[in-house]
Amino acid sequence: MSIVDLTAFELRERLRSGEISSRAATETYLERIRRHDKTIHAFLRVDEQHALRQADEIDARKKRGEKIGPLAGLPVAVKDILCTKGQPTTCGSRILENFVPPYDATVVTKLKMADAVLLGKTNLDEFAMGGSTENSAYGVTRNPWDVTRIPGGSSGGSAAAVAASMAPLAIGTDTGGSIRQPAALCGVTGLKPTYGRVSRFGLVAFASSLDQIGPFGRTARDVALLLEVIAGHDERDSTSVPKPVPEYSRTIGQPLSGLKLGVVKEHFAAGLDADVESAVREALRVYESLGAKLVDISMPVSKYAVATYYIIAPCEASSNLARYDGVHYGHRTDEKAMLERLKKDAAGGGEVDSPLVRLYRDSRAEGFGPEVKRRIMLGTYALSAGYYDAYYLKALKVRRLIRQDFDRAFSQCDLIAGPVTTSAAFKLGEKVDDPLAMYLVDLYTVSANLAGLAGISIPCGLSTGGLPIGLQLQARPFDEERLLRAAHMFQQATHWHTLRPKLAA
Amino acid sequence: MALSRDDVLKVSLLGRLSLTEAEQQRMTEQLGGIVDYVAQLSELDTKDVEPMAHAIEMTNVFRDDAVRESLPRQDALANAPHTDGEFYLVPAVLGE
Repeated sequence: MSIVDLTAFELRERLRSGEISSRAATETYLERIRRHDKTIHAFLRVDEQHALRQADEIDARKKRGEKIGPLAGLPVAVKDILCTKGQPTTCGSRILENFVPPYDATVVTKLKMADAVLLGKTNLDEFAMGGSTENSAYGVTRNPWDVTRIPGGSSGGSAAAVAASMAPLAIGTDTGGSIRQPAALCGVTGLKPTYGRVSRFGLVAFASSLDQIGPFGRTARDVALLLEVIAGHDERDSTSVPKPVPEYSRTIGQPLSGLKLGVVKEHFAAGLDADVESAVREALRVYESLGAKLVDISMPVSKYAVATYYIIAPCEASSNLARYDGVHYGHRTDEKAMLERLKKDAAGGGEVDSPLVRLYRDSRAEGFGPEVKRRIMLGTYALSAGYYDAYYLKALKVRRLIRQDFDRAFSQCDLIAGPVTTSAAFKLGEKVDDPLAMYLVDLYTVSANLAGLAGISIPCGLSTGGLPIGLQLQARPFDEERLLRAAHMFQQATHWHTLRPKLAA
Repeated sequence: MALSRDDVLKVSLLGRLSLTEAEQQRMTEQLGGIVDYVAQLSELDTKDVEPMAHAIEMTNVFRDDAVRESLPRQDALANAPHTDGEFYLVPAVLGE
C-alpha cells in the first residue's frame, strides 16, 4: 500500500512508530503535486525546500527522542487566506499579489506547534467569495473527478488537493458553505466548526460574524485529528470561546445509540437534483439500519436563508474590505497616470474626486475582481442611508428567526441530516455570468453560518455521471463530538469515502 | 424595486470603487436582480424580533490592560506601496 492510499490517521500512526519518515511522506506528496497539479491547479504556491526542511527537522527531533506534536510530521495544505509569516498570502486577489504577512495566523502557529509540514497554499475564490473557485485572480481549480467541472468553493483548492491525493489534510474556511460544498463536490470529508470554536486571528476577514476555519480530510477521523489541533480559545480573537477542546479523535469510535436524526421536509422541495435526493435518502436508510431514528421536522424560515445571507455577508464584506486602500499594503494604482486622468476629468467640467479618493477608487478598481466588486457594492448599498433598516436590520431579524427554527428543531432531534448541494459539480463557466444562480447554490449551507452551528459534509454516493455527492450533518453549537461520531458511524458502514478519482498520468 | 444607474454611481463613490461605463451598466442590472431577490424578506413579520448580529452573543470580553510589544514600524511599513521610511505617503490632500 502506497503512502497516498493511507488516511491521515493511518499515516500519522506510521510516522509515530517510525515506519515512515516525515521526509518520505512529504516527498511522496510533493511528487503527486508535481505530477497532477499542472492539470488540477489546487495550489497557488508550493515551497518544496521549505516543506522538506520542516520534515527533516521533525525527523531529526524524533531521532533524538524528543517529544513530537500530534501531527507527527503529516503534510497539510492551507487555504491562501490564512496569514503565513514571510510567505505570500494573496487571498486569490490581485490586490494582495505581493503581500507578505508579518505574522502567522493562530491556526498556522498551531499547525507548526503540532509538527505539521506545511506543503503550500491552496487556491480559492477571491477573498473566499464564491462557490466554484472560478473567482480566483490566479486561474481556476479543476475538479479531480472531471476536469471540465468546478471543484466547488470557495475552498476549492483545499478540497481538490485532498481529493487528488496531493495532501492528506487541508485547511479551509467556511462563511456560507465554503468547506462543506467543495468537500461534497470533490468527495472528501469537510467540517465547519461552530462559530467561536477556532481562532480567526490571522484569517483575512470576509464576513466576520460568519467566517470559521475548519479541516478537510478523507475521513471523519482525519478531520477530528486536525480539528483538535486547531480548535481552542485564543486571546487574540475575542470571539473565540474559552471552552475546553474535546479529544475528538479519541472518542470518535464510540457509536451513538438512540441517535435521533432530524430530516427537514423543506430540504427535499423542488430544485433538488434526483441523484442527490436518492443518495441522501439512501444514506438516511443506512443510519436507520444502524439504529438511528428519523424525525420529520419543518423549518419554514429556511427558504429565506440565502436572501438573509446575501445581505449580511456583503454588508460585513464591504466594511472589512475598506482596508484595501492602496496606502497601507496591497496594490496601488500608478499615481502619475491617475493624476493625469483626474486632470482630464476636471477639464470635462463637473465635480471630480480629490486625488486621495481617486487613488483609493482606482487602486481598488484595478485590484479587485468582478465578484468582490459586486459584493462591496451590494453591501455598501444595503448599509447606506435610507436602506439600512429595510435590508441590513431586516436581515439581522430574520437571522434570529432562522436560529429559532434550529432551536426548535434541536429540541426534537440530535442532529439534522440532509443534502449539502442541490446537484453534483457543475461545468466550469456554467454560472459565471449569473451571480444570483451562483448564490442559490448555497441554499443548504448558509443557515449553519447564520445560526452559528457546526456542520460536516461526508461522501454518500455518486451521481449517474460518476460525480461525488455529499451528506450534510448539522449539530448544535459546540456539539462537534457528536457530529464526528455520527459521521464515523456512517463511514464504518459505507465505502463512499474510500473512492478516489482516476487522474490522467 | 430596481436600482438606477444613479444609485450605482453614488454607491461606487461610497464604496471607493471606480467603475467603467460597461461595469456601471452590468452592475445596475445584476445588483437590481439581487436586490429584487432579497426583497422577499419583507414577506416575514419581524415586528417583535430582536436583531441578531452575531451567532454567539457575548458582551465585554476584557483582557488585562498591560503594555506589550507591538509590530515594529519596519514590519508595519514593509508591505506599503509608498513610504518615506517612517510614514505612509499619499497624494497631496491640501492644495499645492
